[in-house]
Amino acid sequence: MLESADTDVGTAIFGAVTGMDERSEEEVFEKRRIGVLAWLGIGWLAFLVIIAILAPVLPLKDPMIGDYLHPKAGIFSPGHLLGSDDSGRDVLSRVIWGARASIVIAVGSVLFGTLVGGFLGLLAGFKGRTTDSALSGVFNIFLAFPQLVLALTLVSVLAPQATSGGVKPGEWAHRIGVVILAVGIVSIPVLGRITRASALSWTQREFVMAARAQGATDKRVMLREVLPNVIPAMLSIALLGVAVVLVLEGALAVFGVSIQEPNPSWGNMIYSQLSNLDSAPAVWIVPSILIFVSVLALNYLGDVVRARFDVRESAL
Amino acid sequence: MRGRKRGAAPGTERFADAPLDGALLEIDEVKTQFKTPRGLVHAVDGVSFTLERGKTIGIVGESGCGKSVLSRSIMGLLPSNVVRYGSIRFEGHEIGQAKSSEMRHFWGTQMAIVFQDAMTALNPVMRVGQQIMESLRFHFDVTKEYAEETALALLTSVGIPEAERRMNEYPHQLSGGMRQRVMIAIALACGPKLLFADEPTTALDVTVQAQILDLLQQQQRERYMSMVLVTHDLGVVAGRTDDIAVMYAGRIVERAPTRSLFEHTRHPYTEALLKSIPKLGMPSHSKLDAIAGRPPDLVKPPVGCKFAARCPYAQPKCMSEEPPLVDPDIPGHAYRCFFPVGSQAGTDALARNLAAGETATGLPVRKEGEAVLTGSTV
Repeated sequence: MLESADTDVGTAIFGAVTGMDERSEEEVFEKRRIGVLAWLGIGWLAFLVIIAILAPVLPLKDPMIGDYLHPKAGIFSPGHLLGSDDSGRDVLSRVIWGARASIVIAVGSVLFGTLVGGFLGLLAGFKGRTTDSALSGVFNIFLAFPQLVLALTLVSVLAPQATSGGVKPGEWAHRIGVVILAVGIVSIPVLGRITRASALSWTQREFVMAARAQGATDKRVMLREVLPNVIPAMLSIALLGVAVVLVLEGALAVFGVSIQEPNPSWGNMIYSQLSNLDSAPAVWIVPSILIFVSVLALNYLGDVVRARFDVRESAL
Repeated sequence: MRGRKRGAAPGTERFADAPLDGALLEIDEVKTQFKTPRGLVHAVDGVSFTLERGKTIGIVGESGCGKSVLSRSIMGLLPSNVVRYGSIRFEGHEIGQAKSSEMRHFWGTQMAIVFQDAMTALNPVMRVGQQIMESLRFHFDVTKEYAEETALALLTSVGIPEAERRMNEYPHQLSGGMRQRVMIAIALACGPKLLFADEPTTALDVTVQAQILDLLQQQQRERYMSMVLVTHDLGVVAGRTDDIAVMYAGRIVERAPTRSLFEHTRHPYTEALLKSIPKLGMPSHSKLDAIAGRPPDLVKPPVGCKFAARCPYAQPKCMSEEPPLVDPDIPGHAYRCFFPVGSQAGTDALARNLAAGETATGLPVRKEGEAVLTGSTV
């Protein structure tokens, strides 16, 4: 007993003296291992994307045509696996077709916000001084508006003649474009500020001065030295952003400015059945669960991305 | 330069027609001041020296005496809240007031710098090979293969084993000494004529320190570079530099050829620095001779000699009048003191202070200190 305790102390000391590199490598390995939950999350998101892409070839009922013989069917009803809404439209079919709109809006607007906000934030953090004050001022003004109000305003500004019956594919795409732009603009200051903060701290590191002292131009220092260090922070926030937009799209749908009936999106499926909360629960429960699970999966994926790309701090 | 695939390291062929002697760097009355809320910080306050081609100068002093700021002033690598005066001539070009966009042509190819802590001075997310190739590729129009070959050769020449494998590693995968070698390889990549080493070994352990210093010295000789070695440790520069400038409170207080500085130490500050180095012959538990007090506030530097408040030789004259930097007894050995160590005036001044128990500035000096304070140096 005593002996084993001795050995433990011995190894601990020995490890502390010589095992510096080994230990940090282990830690890196630990950090990089992807947990079961994260795998489930990645699997879920991949499954969702594949199903959404394959929607036209899957044996689904038409999402927009009602089955008037079976309105408000419960879950696992014959013919309507996930039930039907008050006009008898199949929930499974609507949820899968709706995923297309929801995913395109969520990914599209965050991509837009990350590119624009990331670029502006990088510029603000790197250049400092007047550039920083001006850009940060703009970010702060935008952040002062409640996000939902800002998004609502932007949608109504960008698409003044809101049509209620956008059945034609062209109108669907136009509406999606408007929502992407509006929500994207809302996400610019969030991503901009995160990127700015990260860029600011990396710009003050000595290796940036070292790169300058080797004669690198500002542009080169910004893109080659600072940007790669800022990307992990941007990515993990962007992934969370996708989750936030999934929910925000639902909120926009509640106000009737997102994808319009009869086209489905997860958000407007919940909205359109507000009057049937009791009588046809499947219609709002199913998309709610999908949003919940997807947001959870994105959060786990965000953690994985952060750990995966962070080669530095773990080993410092 | 396109089409050149082999031969000397990029940039070094310039030396073929470059003069082999004469001044490479002449700085005259350089002043660097930082604008802060408290007022102007006189970080470098009128420093002059000349560095010849292929020679090295050591700049020594405590923390906060302006030695790092001096090297960055010369390179023009300072933040924007700084005011610079004086003349800095590099190969005859005046660069004292040059903007960053003009200095870019000098950085890397003419002058380069090795920083103290290689961990923070290397980009953590870029492979080390990539970091060496970077500057080669943007200064010279060379192919990727050529840059790779050169980077590999550089890594090998700075003593990195298995250079091929190390090329693809990240900084955190290397040991401290290895990282500093990579830093040196990066600085040397474009064949600079002047290398600043800003406390290059302070972050390293003692056994690696000597290796890195030897490497710097070897590269400096092989490439016929001039080198400015900044350090707080006189032991680092001893035997490795041609000249030494000792700095205190932003000014040079003693400047001499290395041998002369150690053999005929004149300034009490230099003497005190030497005293503070522990020696192998000392019995264990010997008390080290720390220098009493702190360096003065550089916002409001004292009138008279800046070191007077901490100097055991201080006389009333030292508090009112600043001694000039002159070389009255040994040519080339300049110092800033009215009562230099080893002179009759200095010995008398110390004796007066010991008799009084304190110096003119009120610093207590005791008899026990006599052996330490007046003993011969080195």
